[in-house]
Amino acid sequence: MMDWIDIGTLADIPRLGARTVETHMGQVAVFRTGDDEVFALINKCPHKNGPLSEGIVMGRKVACPLHNWVIDLNSGEAQAPDEGCTTPLPLRDDGGRLLLGLTPAKKVAHG
Amino acid sequence: MNAVSRQRLVVIGNGMAGMRTVEEVLARAPVRYDITVFGAEPHPNYNRIMLSSVLAGEKQIDDIVINHLSWYAENGITLHTGDPVVAIDAAAKTVTAASGLCVAYDKLLLATGSKPLMPPLPGLDLPGVVAFRDIADTDKMLAAAQAKQRAVVIGGGLLGLEAAWGLKRRGMPVALVHLMPTLMERQLDVEAGTMLQRDLTERGLHFFTHAQTERVMGETKAEGLVLADGRTIPADLVVVAIGIRPNIDMGKAAGLDINRGILVGDDMATSNPDIYAVGECVEHNGQVFGLVAPIWEQAKVCAARLAGDQIAAYATPALSTRLKITGIDVFSAGKLAAEDDADEEVVFRDAAKGVYRKLVVREGKLVGAVMYGDVADGGWYFDLIKGDKTIADMRDHLIFGQSFADQGCCGGAKPGLDVAAMADDAQVCGCNGVSKGAIVKAINEKGLTSLDEVRAHTKASASCGMCTPAVQAILSFVTGADASAPEAMCKCTDHGHEYVRHAILDQRLKTQDAVRRALGWKNADGCAKCRPALNYYLLCAWPGEYVDDYQSRFINERAHANIQKDGTYSVIPRMWGGVTTPDELRAIADVADKFNIPSVKVTGGQRIDLLGVKKEDLPAVWGDLNKAGLVSGHGYAKGLRTVKTCVGSEWCRFGTQDSTGLGIKLEKLMWGSWTPHKVKLAVSGCPRNCAEATIKDIGIICTEAGYDMVIGGNGGIEVRVTDELTRLSTEAEVLEYAGAFMQLYREEGHYLERTAPYVERVGMAHIKAHILDDDARRKALYARFLFSQSFAQDDPWAERATGGIDTHEFQPLAVVS
Repeated sequence: MMDWIDIGTLADIPRLGARTVETHMGQVAVFRTGDDEVFALINKCPHKNGPLSEGIVMGRKVACPLHNWVIDLNSGEAQAPDEGCTTPLPLRDDGGRLLLGLTPAKKVAHG
Repeated sequence: MNAVSRQRLVVIGNGMAGMRTVEEVLARAPVRYDITVFGAEPHPNYNRIMLSSVLAGEKQIDDIVINHLSWYAENGITLHTGDPVVAIDAAAKTVTAASGLCVAYDKLLLATGSKPLMPPLPGLDLPGVVAFRDIADTDKMLAAAQAKQRAVVIGGGLLGLEAAWGLKRRGMPVALVHLMPTLMERQLDVEAGTMLQRDLTERGLHFFTHAQTERVMGETKAEGLVLADGRTIPADLVVVAIGIRPNIDMGKAAGLDINRGILVGDDMATSNPDIYAVGECVEHNGQVFGLVAPIWEQAKVCAARLAGDQIAAYATPALSTRLKITGIDVFSAGKLAAEDDADEEVVFRDAAKGVYRKLVVREGKLVGAVMYGDVADGGWYFDLIKGDKTIADMRDHLIFGQSFADQGCCGGAKPGLDVAAMADDAQVCGCNGVSKGAIVKAINEKGLTSLDEVRAHTKASASCGMCTPAVQAILSFVTGADASAPEAMCKCTDHGHEYVRHAILDQRLKTQDAVRRALGWKNADGCAKCRPALNYYLLCAWPGEYVDDYQSRFINERAHANIQKDGTYSVIPRMWGGVTTPDELRAIADVADKFNIPSVKVTGGQRIDLLGVKKEDLPAVWGDLNKAGLVSGHGYAKGLRTVKTCVGSEWCRFGTQDSTGLGIKLEKLMWGSWTPHKVKLAVSGCPRNCAEATIKDIGIICTEAGYDMVIGGNGGIEVRVTDELTRLSTEAEVLEYAGAFMQLYREEGHYLERTAPYVERVGMAHIKAHILDDDARRKALYARFLFSQSFAQDDPWAERATGGIDTHEFQPLAVVS
């Protein structure tokens, strides 16, 4: 089961920018691209846990502010030659409301 | 695969000439020989020409290896490094190495190169005296540079100048002693040689020209030089770079005919038909060799002969010279001057821009060219000289270069190289003898798309790198990719910084989207590299008009604080000139307590750093600091950081002027400005220079007489001492000159280029021409700076603490329990 949580509207996130959401899974970064697509990732770069929400967004990618690793917003994968992955989370734009898909807290507590 | 037993080719010398010959042999007759190579040095074959770049820190040894060990293995070559050959038995056709190894040959190739020419001076055998010839010499020089000792170089030719410059780049004080009145006298005329000396003096080299060295000082190690006129130059490192002489030891050992070098004919064979020789060890038609172009030609001919060709013959090609000192462009080819009344000289001179060129014309043909400053047309002149054709129809405008000369047929001047107009046999890479036709053929046949690929397949631009722009232009021309550019800003574009900055102004581009559209950006959003650069360039070009795009700024400039490795931030309030008050200190202490800020540290720029602030606390922290009158110190910005001062005449018994007060005035003038990279200033109250002004972007050193202004210093990775700009007499002048330099840097610096590399790139002559030589220009620069500042001096902390700007930046979008 997936909990879909209303976290706000598209307009709350600057275009080519990001905001954060505090969850039981840790801090989540919610990105908005130049084409108004939205993506959510656990806000930790696979390299040194840098806050990806603070990075520069370009296309469907973000550059980590600490050491410039480039992370794919859709998959959470680092761009070669770097290797690593941060967890992507489901995010829906439901008529202007953004719904973040979180696994229920109980499961996570045991996982 | 080949039943016929192969012949044995033994090569003595694992350097550029020998291995180029082997490469050519393999290309022509891959299975003809079993090849054995002996090298005295313990390295694979490397590009000796690039040692000066290694010395200057621009390349690593690995970067200059031409043939890696794997290449020898792949081609079945037996390599013995660090094992010099000591004997040749020409009758038995064997060679014997120092290790005792004895190898028989059918054909023997001597490529033993040269030895450094050592003058007969007392003291040359002391430790601390080195030649500049191989990796071992370079290592010795680098070790000395690390100890930050003083160096003196003997010899003002190509090699000596490159050695001196490399050592200077490594932070050593360097003097250069040259026997002749002007530098590089064999390649440059007196005027160009004088310009070269002036520019290098400005960059901090000390010259003793017309100077005969008498001896090396020192008992147990080198301590300097004594000149014939009695002057002494103290130094811990003495580099001898007066020239080379052919290494003929092996020729003697084999009983070959020898003069200055090992004598070879047009077929590159020595007096023994089974022994060939190439490179710096040979003498052909009374000539010995030091430049690479004729040696590649020898390698070609020698390989053809070894492969069975009966016709290939060597003739020395026309030669051209360039100097590998970053930012100094020198070119010469053919005659340096008119030799009699029948010869004509055509001279062009623009002293302010530091440009000089001279052409020598004989009987309606171009026979020589000397260029200084702008050498883009060097290749074109060189082709005209080699072409041996009449230039009568373009004689009048020949001096203005190719694009001007071509105007008649093309209808307009084209910047740079006109690839379409180049003949197929026009030589592009002088080092490797690669023509335009060969490059075009390789690009088309092998589908090459990058400079690296062209280098790998043709060797063009793979040696000294001077022809890189030309190779790039040909690549662009053939593949249809965008016009040649020096170095692209990022992967989104092929254009360099300069091109983009000019386009923004010329085409009046006022938004990032407009720039990216007009210049054909490959990614609609740009990338993390070009977006901050474009944002800055637009901000600088259109003050008051362009709206700063925060999403194109690095997080520090967006959050107005410095991100730390744990994702928290550091906060540095401005302390004007390093001066603070008890009230300010109390406010800082209160903030640290109130927000549980874990670390408080004094910075190197005379301010206080609060480390470990949570992002969501930033606006409240700033609000409290603002209340005490503290504003952003921009310790996070590509902009003005600090103005460091000493206490000056107000307190110090040595102080000559009010350095603290002047520092505060400079900081009030410049705070809030955005620049290509961070900018730090210092004002010292006397020449003791306690504020360390000589490693700052702009430094002021007060004297009884006034103010010395110095620029382009850096205390970072590569320490660079400032260059002197001028001496001024009033504080008002200091503000105007400093503001003008700041604006010049703002308008010309590449994004993320500090003033130190900027000054090296454009040269002090250029900066002086704008700031010192032309009052109107300086005043206009200063006026543009002030205009820009009128939009820049709002405290970003106040805007966010109480002004309601960017609140989303500091609050989470949602908290999900």
